[in-house]
Amino acid sequence: MEKVNPTNANGTSLNPEKETVIEARELTKRFGDFIATNAITLDVYRGEIFGFLGANGAGKTTAMRMLCGLSVPTSGTAIIAGYDVYRQRELIKKHIGYMSQKFSLYDDLTVRENIQFFGGIYGLTNAQIKDKSQELIARLGLEKEAARLVGTLPLGWKQKLAFSVAILHDPRIVFLDEPTGGVDPVTRRQFWDLIYTAADNGVTVFVTTHYMDEAEYCNRISIMVDGRIEALDEPQRLKEQFSAESMEEVFYTLARGARRSD
Amino acid sequence: MIELNELTKTYGKEKKVAVDRVSFSVSRGELFGLIGPDGAGKTSIFRILTTLLLPDGGTAAVDGHDIVKDYRAIRNTVGYMPGKFSLYQDLTVRENLNFFATVFGTTIEENYDLIKDIYVQIERFSDRRAGKLSGGMKQKLALCCALIHKPTVLFLDEPTTGVDPVSRREFWDMLKRLKEQAITILVSTPYMDEATRCDRIALIQAGQILAIDTPGNITASYGDTLLAVKASNMHILLKALSAYSGTLNSYAFGEYAHVALRNNQSEALEQWLLDAGIEGLQIRSAQVTVEDVFIKLLGNRATV
Amino acid sequence: MKRFATFLRKEFAHVLRDRKTLLILFGMPIVQILIFGFALTNEVTNARIVIVDQSNDPMTRKIIDRLEASRYFDIGETVSDPALIEPSFRSGKTKLVVVFPSGFEQRLAHENTAQVQVLADASDPNTATTLTNYVSFVLQDFQQELSLTTAVPYNIRPEVRMLYNPQLKGVHNFVPGVMALVLMLVCVMMTAVSIVREKEMGTMEILLVSPFQPLMVMVSKAVPYLLLSIINVITILLLSVFVLHLPVNGSVPLLMAESILFIITCLTIGIFISVKTDSQQVAMLISLMGMMLPTILFSGFMFPVENMPIPLQVISNIVPAKWYYIIVKAVMIKGLGFQDIWKETLILACITLFMMVMSLKNFKIRLT
Repeated sequence: MEKVNPTNANGTSLNPEKETVIEARELTKRFGDFIATNAITLDVYRGEIFGFLGANGAGKTTAMRMLCGLSVPTSGTAIIAGYDVYRQRELIKKHIGYMSQKFSLYDDLTVRENIQFFGGIYGLTNAQIKDKSQELIARLGLEKEAARLVGTLPLGWKQKLAFSVAILHDPRIVFLDEPTGGVDPVTRRQFWDLIYTAADNGVTVFVTTHYMDEAEYCNRISIMVDGRIEALDEPQRLKEQFSAESMEEVFYTLARGARRSD
Repeated sequence: MIELNELTKTYGKEKKVAVDRVSFSVSRGELFGLIGPDGAGKTSIFRILTTLLLPDGGTAAVDGHDIVKDYRAIRNTVGYMPGKFSLYQDLTVRENLNFFATVFGTTIEENYDLIKDIYVQIERFSDRRAGKLSGGMKQKLALCCALIHKPTVLFLDEPTTGVDPVSRREFWDMLKRLKEQAITILVSTPYMDEATRCDRIALIQAGQILAIDTPGNITASYGDTLLAVKASNMHILLKALSAYSGTLNSYAFGEYAHVALRNNQSEALEQWLLDAGIEGLQIRSAQVTVEDVFIKLLGNRATV
Repeated sequence: MKRFATFLRKEFAHVLRDRKTLLILFGMPIVQILIFGFALTNEVTNARIVIVDQSNDPMTRKIIDRLEASRYFDIGETVSDPALIEPSFRSGKTKLVVVFPSGFEQRLAHENTAQVQVLADASDPNTATTLTNYVSFVLQDFQQELSLTTAVPYNIRPEVRMLYNPQLKGVHNFVPGVMALVLMLVCVMMTAVSIVREKEMGTMEILLVSPFQPLMVMVSKAVPYLLLSIINVITILLLSVFVLHLPVNGSVPLLMAESILFIITCLTIGIFISVKTDSQQVAMLISLMGMMLPTILFSGFMFPVENMPIPLQVISNIVPAKWYYIIVKAVMIKGLGFQDIWKETLILACITLFMMVMSLKNFKIRLT
């Protein structure tokens, strides 16, 4: 996979000086005595596909919520897409995209209506929405389904549509929370094709997943255990570091000793 | 122990086919995996076998009892763990266990040996409310509750979905040990890598069975040459592979890309890729996994 | 502003596509307005009264004719034996008794004044007041007519006695009504939700695939609420007696027993709703909106049922609260015993049994 220095499809460097789109330092979130996220520090660069791994309860969701501007950290700093996570949360939300397994689109609205709705929310003009809507529908091959209620679509199509809608407004960063859960292997790969294409176009992809093979598709990954980041590097380097054959082994080695689970 | 014969189920006015003439059988004491993505029909099959749904066609029997005529007998003896660990959130671990034991006319003590290995892992939470447990713990509790009455057959519908890899591995270790107690287990899962832990598996997609056999036989029957290719840039590599004329199918597979070739010409491929400017190229033969077989069987079917 | 419009469009889509809720949103108000419109009347017409005429002379007969002609009254029977007064009140069918003492015409001729006793069932003080006012009005009217032809005005004095509730305390009417309403709402709503909740949570699936019988599921859901509601009844009674100074003229054990029966009736209705619906939201909507208004209307504690159009009166017979209200008034206010309310008790028991049977029959042993 790509080296730390992000490159576009031709292999030329996008930015000689790596442009950071996410910069977190000692970011912490406490709930009373309980420290959900414990002083995490990380940088994510433009156009990177960053895998954010961890067992359930390790603090991934809490951390992501802070990075999305959805919750205020207890301490530490973070700059997301150039905006401060304490004072400019609304601006953060405007410049990022988000998609999770639990919620992505409205089941009782049609494909087109969903695109129109989210386009409107992101502040796109009607003309822009119309163009993007057509382009998106064509790209996914959903011409015959455009007037169907999203709830009637098979899961795979829903996921792909949700991702496309999440990047409708060309955000700097798109956060994906376990986007490929339960989908068949072919659709999963098609989904990752979409991710690759987005990354090629300069969108930074921040994704969490339980599929260890997907960890390999990322430029770099981090693994959270008990609220802390215990590893952060390219998949290949991590395997060397832990003398492991696969990412699953790396994960298992790190997560096995975890005291916390949810 | 479990027999399905041309089982069919349709939903709604449009008669959408969820289960399409499915037939297979599970022997006593076997650990059988139903492998397939969401919407493949796994849950429908489980609900039919546990007598919660009536099929629209075909027949099935569990431990000799017909699912339609003898449903009472089945309900009195099988263990069932539906998707998403439904337990009573307000009751504690111990209370949940006690409840299900009593419902089946037994006590925790009577069959404690059966669940001991699993229970000790959650024992220290025995007074905590089930709603406050982590996903992995809930899963273990649900398994205990399904086992507490010493069923002859255990139906586990996607017990590892949404749970992290570590807990998933532990869960399958537990299932392995249960097998030693001669309990017949039918498990469904969307995770292809779990297929190898079953005695036999059935691959299912869109209501249809794609293959039934032992994991070993299934991977052995792959047929085509499968290579694992590595390069500095996965995305570029994938594009190149799909452009190559000898490619039957190519896709990402973790660190490597897997490519199924029309003929056994790996050197030709290597040369072609080098000519295309692929950097950091490494090619070796790939070990076929269930996922590879699944992808092949899906073929050019419209992905749903 | 454009963002707002976007949200609006989406919300409209959500609302318009939810057929079931739409039906309730539009359907229920229409039904309720119609019912309300027809049922809402404080006016009492065709009230059943009994005349005790101990004189049986032309004067009394004339007055009785007048009462008969009035649209407010419907004379049930005219008797001469005052001993029949109490039984007619006990049955609850008679709201008012007019008693003419013996020698009425003579008294009037010689003394220019005579008395008419008006006995009203004041367990419903509003109706009692209204009816006695009507009687007084008729008497006054008659008296004035007579006086036109004589020099000295006649004086026909109605002597009003309010039975069971001499002080015409509204609370006598109000508390039994509230008891019925509160118990009905709580019991129905709580059980309505509980079975549906299991269905929504998924634990119902596990229960179905087990030896557990549907009957046990239903009973086990009802029992906790039964006990809680009994405590509720006790609380209401204590408050009514000691804070609102409501009398309990009848047997307390009987009152409790009847209350328990009513509670069980409401619980079974709740269970039936639970069995038939699949979402907690719908269950709550039905038990709140669907049950509250009929209970308020048809129990009779706000608006007399006798004055509603016949179809509505028929409907009122299946509202359990109506029968419970009658029972509570009978026992608490009138101090009557079981022999006077056995019919109402039987009706409640029948409704309960019916609901239980329907719930069992409709309990789905499979998912659909």
